Amino acid sequence: MEKDDVKMAVTALKEGTVIDHIPAGKLFKVVDIMNLYEYKKTLRMGMYLNSKTYGKKDLLKIEDRYLTQEEANRIALIAPNATINIIKDWKVAKKIKVSLPDVITGLKCANPRCITRHDHIKTKFIVMDKKTLKVRCHYCEHVFEKEEII
Amino acid sequence: MAKKKDIVSIREFTKEEIIDLLKLAEKIDNMPEKDRLKLLQGKKLATLFFEPSTRTRLSFESSMQGLGGSVIGFADANTSSTQKGESLKDTVKTVERYADVIAMRHSLEGAARLAAESVGIPVINGGDGANQHPTQTFLDMYTILKLKGKIDGLVIGFAGDMKFGRTVHSLAVALSHFNVKLYFISPESLKMPSQFLEEIKEKGTKYVETENITEAIPNLDILYATRIQKERFHDLAEYEKAKGFYRINKKLMESAKKDLKVMHPLPRVDEIDYDLDDTPYAVYFEQLANGIPVRQALLCRVLGVL
Repeated sequence: MEKDDVKMAVTALKEGTVIDHIPAGKLFKVVDIMNLYEYKKTLRMGMYLNSKTYGKKDLLKIEDRYLTQEEANRIALIAPNATINIIKDWKVAKKIKVSLPDVITGLKCANPRCITRHDHIKTKFIVMDKKTLKVRCHYCEHVFEKEEII
Repeated sequence: MAKKKDIVSIREFTKEEIIDLLKLAEKIDNMPEKDRLKLLQGKKLATLFFEPSTRTRLSFESSMQGLGGSVIGFADANTSSTQKGESLKDTVKTVERYADVIAMRHSLEGAARLAAESVGIPVINGGDGANQHPTQTFLDMYTILKLKGKIDGLVIGFAGDMKFGRTVHSLAVALSHFNVKLYFISPESLKMPSQFLEEIKEKGTKYVETENITEAIPNLDILYATRIQKERFHDLAEYEKAKGFYRINKKLMESAKKDLKVMHPLPRVDEIDYDLDDTPYAVYFEQLANGIPVRQALLCRVLGVL
């Protein structure tokens, strides 16, 4: 079984991105945060795969899409230990290190009275505490716990 | 090109900047009218009030006219293109072509920040939902300074709605730059949100939370009363329970310091008896009047005059 998991993790993607070491059960949070529900190309998903380091893990492959550093940082909120590999022509062309930035963009603000929920603008959150993952919306200035915005 | 100045949130101001602005307000307050009228001659203020307001809008308009400038704008969103579905961004980008500075109020939180980021002229926030109302905070600070001659060392009590009251939140954050002790006097259901308590605690400000105004009164130099806002309650039974929580009257003042000053951002409902109005404790109308020099100072500062 483990052998199959490993095989799945490293092969079968010609162009795109592999996000590995997502905490087990959190895969759809990543799909959500990356807004991939509308993505019309192939997504390959593995949940509760065996992992030597973490026991169990999730894995996501996105065909024909290369994650940017900004997107990778957003994933840090859910999967701080994720490994992100950009695949070009079947090979790992680049490894992106996930790190929690000082500013996170693109998440939906949980405050229904926030202007970002009404006008078409990109959201921005200031990370106030990297340990507790408290963030403040740059616009409405509400403070949120991690669970409230992802 | 120098970065433009906006007044969006009190959080962006350091202690020095707050003091500097209060000094400028005092300077303008003491200036002969003929000199003051020259300060913003030829400048136009656009007041964009997407949400109705009496005091703030009139105070901005009066302030601008008192500096020799002129005013354009609208007093409610129904008379603007917003009703036709125009985005806030487009509205302010249009207004930018007609005015030198914008003062705005909006029901959505973060609206002033978005406006400030969308235009090249300064934006002053006159209230964005339950978030910020920085010009009110500056006028509150100015009132305290004018009455007491200092801010450091004072004991300041807030009474009423600590939960939804943006004036309380902003003022408490601004005061936490100074060496003050704060009392938050409210019913359990309207206690100060933990995020604000944490924010002021981080700055080292000491505070007390209590439901007992009678016990708190003798300690205070300033009592900042607020209205229990009916419109914020989903459950009217909860409102009925909270509304009679406190009443400030002459009797309550018997145990107060002689030089206690009672402030209120207004409008009041029944939290302060009218019989207090004629006593030396009541300063809420004076507080209101201080909005003029303070907003004049802010207008001058963002327009690079003085």
